[in-house]
Amino acid sequence: MTDAYIYDALRTPRGKGKPDGTLHQVPAVRLSALVLNELARRNQLEGHAVEDVIWGNVTQVGEQGACLARAAVLYSDLDERIPGVSINRFCASGLEAVNMAANQIRGGAGEAFIAGGVESMSRVPMGSDGGAIAADPFLAMKSYFVPQGISADIIATTFGFSREDADALAVESQRRAKVATEEGRFKSQIPVTDINGLPILEHDEMIRETSAETLAALNPSFKQMGEVMPGFDQVALMKYPELERVEHIHHAGNSSGIADGAAAVLVGSKAFGERHGLKPRARVVATSRVGTDPTIMLTGPVPATERVLAAAGMQFSDIDLFEVNEAFASVVLRFLTHFNADTAKVNVNGGAIAMGHPLGATGAIILSTLLDEMERTDRETGLATLCIGSGMGAATIIERV
Amino acid sequence: MADFTLKTGTDGVAVITWDCPGKSMNVMSFEGLAELDACIDEVLSDDSIKGAVITSGKDSFAGGMDLNILASLRDAIEGDPAKGVFEGVMRMHGILRKIERAGMDAKSHKGGKPIVAALPGTAMGIGYELPLACHRIFAAETKAKIGLPEIMVGLFPGAGGTTRLVRKLGAMAAAPYLLEGKTLAPAKAKAAGLVDEVVAPGELLAKAKDWVLNASDADLLKPWDAKGYKMPGGAPYTPAGFPTFMGAAVMVHGKTKGVYPAARALLSAVYEGALVSFDEALKIEARWFTKIVLDPTSGAMIRSLFLNKGALEKGAVRPEGVEDQRVRKVGVLGAGMMGAGIALVSAMAGIEVVLIDARQEAADKGKAYAESYMDKGISRGKATAQKKEATLALITATTDYAALEGCDLVIEAVFEDPGVKAEVTAKAEVVLGEDAIFATNTSTLPISDLAKASARPGQFIGIHFFSPVEKMNLVEIIRGRETGDRAVAKALDYVRQIRKTPIVVNDARFFYANRCILPYINEGIRMVGEGVAPWMVEHSAELLGFPVGPLQLTDEVSIDLGVKIAKATKAAMGEAYPDADVDDVVFWLADQGRMGRKAGAGFYAYDDKGKRQGIWPGLVEKFPLAEDQPELVQVQHRLMMAQVLEAVRALEEGVLTDIREGDVGAILGWGFAPWSGGPFSWLDMIGAGKAVEICDRLEAAHGPRFAAPKLLREMAEAGERFYTRFDPARAA
Repeated sequence: MTDAYIYDALRTPRGKGKPDGTLHQVPAVRLSALVLNELARRNQLEGHAVEDVIWGNVTQVGEQGACLARAAVLYSDLDERIPGVSINRFCASGLEAVNMAANQIRGGAGEAFIAGGVESMSRVPMGSDGGAIAADPFLAMKSYFVPQGISADIIATTFGFSREDADALAVESQRRAKVATEEGRFKSQIPVTDINGLPILEHDEMIRETSAETLAALNPSFKQMGEVMPGFDQVALMKYPELERVEHIHHAGNSSGIADGAAAVLVGSKAFGERHGLKPRARVVATSRVGTDPTIMLTGPVPATERVLAAAGMQFSDIDLFEVNEAFASVVLRFLTHFNADTAKVNVNGGAIAMGHPLGATGAIILSTLLDEMERTDRETGLATLCIGSGMGAATIIERV
Repeated sequence: MADFTLKTGTDGVAVITWDCPGKSMNVMSFEGLAELDACIDEVLSDDSIKGAVITSGKDSFAGGMDLNILASLRDAIEGDPAKGVFEGVMRMHGILRKIERAGMDAKSHKGGKPIVAALPGTAMGIGYELPLACHRIFAAETKAKIGLPEIMVGLFPGAGGTTRLVRKLGAMAAAPYLLEGKTLAPAKAKAAGLVDEVVAPGELLAKAKDWVLNASDADLLKPWDAKGYKMPGGAPYTPAGFPTFMGAAVMVHGKTKGVYPAARALLSAVYEGALVSFDEALKIEARWFTKIVLDPTSGAMIRSLFLNKGALEKGAVRPEGVEDQRVRKVGVLGAGMMGAGIALVSAMAGIEVVLIDARQEAADKGKAYAESYMDKGISRGKATAQKKEATLALITATTDYAALEGCDLVIEAVFEDPGVKAEVTAKAEVVLGEDAIFATNTSTLPISDLAKASARPGQFIGIHFFSPVEKMNLVEIIRGRETGDRAVAKALDYVRQIRKTPIVVNDARFFYANRCILPYINEGIRMVGEGVAPWMVEHSAELLGFPVGPLQLTDEVSIDLGVKIAKATKAAMGEAYPDADVDDVVFWLADQGRMGRKAGAGFYAYDDKGKRQGIWPGLVEKFPLAEDQPELVQVQHRLMMAQVLEAVRALEEGVLTDIREGDVGAILGWGFAPWSGGPFSWLDMIGAGKAVEICDRLEAAHGPRFAAPKLLREMAEAGERFYTRFDPARAA
């Protein structure tokens, strides 16, 4: 089996994913082309240098529709002989793109790929692509569909995480992100510039100083839809009759922010690197993807981690650093308590609660963050994992070479 | 004689009259459909006919599909029932679609003949689906009901009503009529968009014909057949429609607890149909409808809630050969909550009432209850001042037993004490005529014992009402050891007069309904004592389709009543009393002063306004949650079997003599999972073999109260079903 290596990884800063966000003026296709161009420039990729561009993107309608991956290639300076494929594994799309690239290399179907993803949530709102899972009565009832926020609250209720636990995690995420930004730890980050080269956004713009007291004042976001209209808690309690009720602990401050952003990773074989004179930064050790209970939905990181560890023949204790996507505080709390993990090893530079979660890009973003930190602190192994809508999970283990 | 006849007038308008011979209300049969089809063909093919009015020869339009046919459809078609039902439904669509398109050109939509519906009165089920396919609906200004109540018997509108109403009103606006079976009187139906015109009854036909003669091509074209049609409120994948459909699935799921397949199928037909053309949508509707017709729950619901309920109301178990026993004047002894309710429903049925209590104030208060009830009705537009006056005029509130003179029925609803009851029985009989029947409304005391106080035990009977009387539709009639046939006929005829549903059972402790519901409640409480999460008990019951869990039910009827019944039962049973572990919980709650909802404290906590909150935390402090919690299905089997086995024992012991009564009584009496059709239907659905298996497992784990009754074991071995072994039609 051919090993797959990560040669480079970069990302844009994350902008607030609303019309008043700084990246709102930048089309998703240009945001994509920006990271593709920079990756090609830095690594001197010329001509038909990679097999494919595998591009994570969740809301594939409007300007993100019609195979945004190919559109981004054509928008960029890449050679037109490089195709593109848009993939949607919801929140893990960016990581899934890397995993698919690595696994094709390992299987001998191409020696190099650009993998990553993009999401302009300010321009193409989440959910604007519809979806049978929520609207088709047969499926919605069969799968006990509830929105992710309700699922996050079910996790908190089931495993006994309090509002205070969740808020404390959120405060810490903000603190860590601020320190990381101030110390310039995000080496993979490149500025977003306009067509004239003028800077638009240079740093993640959603980080804010907060405190447990500030967060305590926020109203829960999913209580109304859970308890009143349309009453998702009823559905949740039908599936989990052992719960007395659903405790609604999540709010805007302890959930991931809606964001715009893009990220790209150059994955290739050893031979590819040698031919292009590139030095690998890390090896992809193992990948995993799992399906889980779709109602509680966001518990995937635990089985995905167990599965990727098994695939790698490793123990949890073998991993030096973790990135667990902060979709909601309870997702990370679940991971921490299940593995009894050391919080000093998990999301050490903050996460999506502080910096935002541009759906299709986040998987690749956290992988770059993980790699940056492994290099900065000279650690060997890292694991990135995300929970995924409709009850899935994905994970990747990398090691420095 | 035909159901449909066509007659064309000199104006060239054909009048198609629906008039099923020998029936008080039209119902649609296969034969009727074929006749209608032939009429439509004649209208469309005869050049001298300009258009048609479809109306009725009765004061109503139609009550719906003949459910007897529908119920038998599944069994009648050999080989491939799904194919048979689907093709049958598609033929029906073909006929209605022919009316809707009326010969117009497929592209230009021109050249069709106007066909309108003229509804003289009630139009339900296919009686409204047929008009929906017409080009205009005229309704006479009456108090008739218009709508699609199919969902109430486990079906949904399957003759295009679902597809047409959603396309007419939008999914959200159509929901109350499709999902709840809501019906409206003509004026309100017009406001809601269900009918087009409401006219004076005398002008119905003239106005309808007038419209036919003046209709243009454009008037005939249905919006959904016109180019650029958009569904009101939005199709599923539009910004407005998406949340509607997402919310609908959640609400239907939450409300039906997953046990009513018809509601789910309806919603799927609506959703899938909304995404395709009208003709494709009809096919989709037919596919889901077929699935529901073939679903055992719809068959069971139709059988119990429509056919058998109707049969019992029409006197299916009335003793033969006894002349009409209709009540003219009823005496009610005791003007408490039950007595007042009995007086009210009797007076509303036009029966003269003498309401007696020991004190005049109490008697007056009983009558005042009727007054406030009628006032509420007036404020809600459901009653009139005249009706109130007439009702109250029929009630005489007094302390004087002499006023009972002339009563042909007396019902006592005094304190549940044999001594008190004996006293009022004797006092009444002194005044009563020789033929009068004396009934007791006891819920706990054996009828045969109470009958000892009567000088004529053959005319003594139990008529057990459920509380609140005006809301609960079941009446349990109890035959004492010496009760005669005329007394039973009297009770049945009276129940028919007050428009409730009777069951007749023999005399045994707690009769039928309470006999079954008490073990259900006790099993729930027992589990709390064992450390099963109280909310798990409640949720398990809800997921079986019970309206409330056993703990909430106990709170509603009050903890002290539970204590009282337990003490009385214990006294009567002595050593054999099996519910000491239940009493540990109930007596403790009573000691804490938590008497249930009325006290604002029970198994549940209540807020200052009396609104129920969660389970009272003190309950799980006293009875801590066990380490190992049972699976949902284990809890459900216990709750279900506790009452179902009691029903089987009641049948085995001869307390019940007709399984129809056991099923209908269970649903109406204590809300037994309506989707199942009742305890016997449920047992037939899972099979006696499976039931015995469950019993054996439960008996091993929880004791002899779950031992399979001999009858059930026998049936399991023989592979029998209740509705074949005890076939009421065969027995009759």
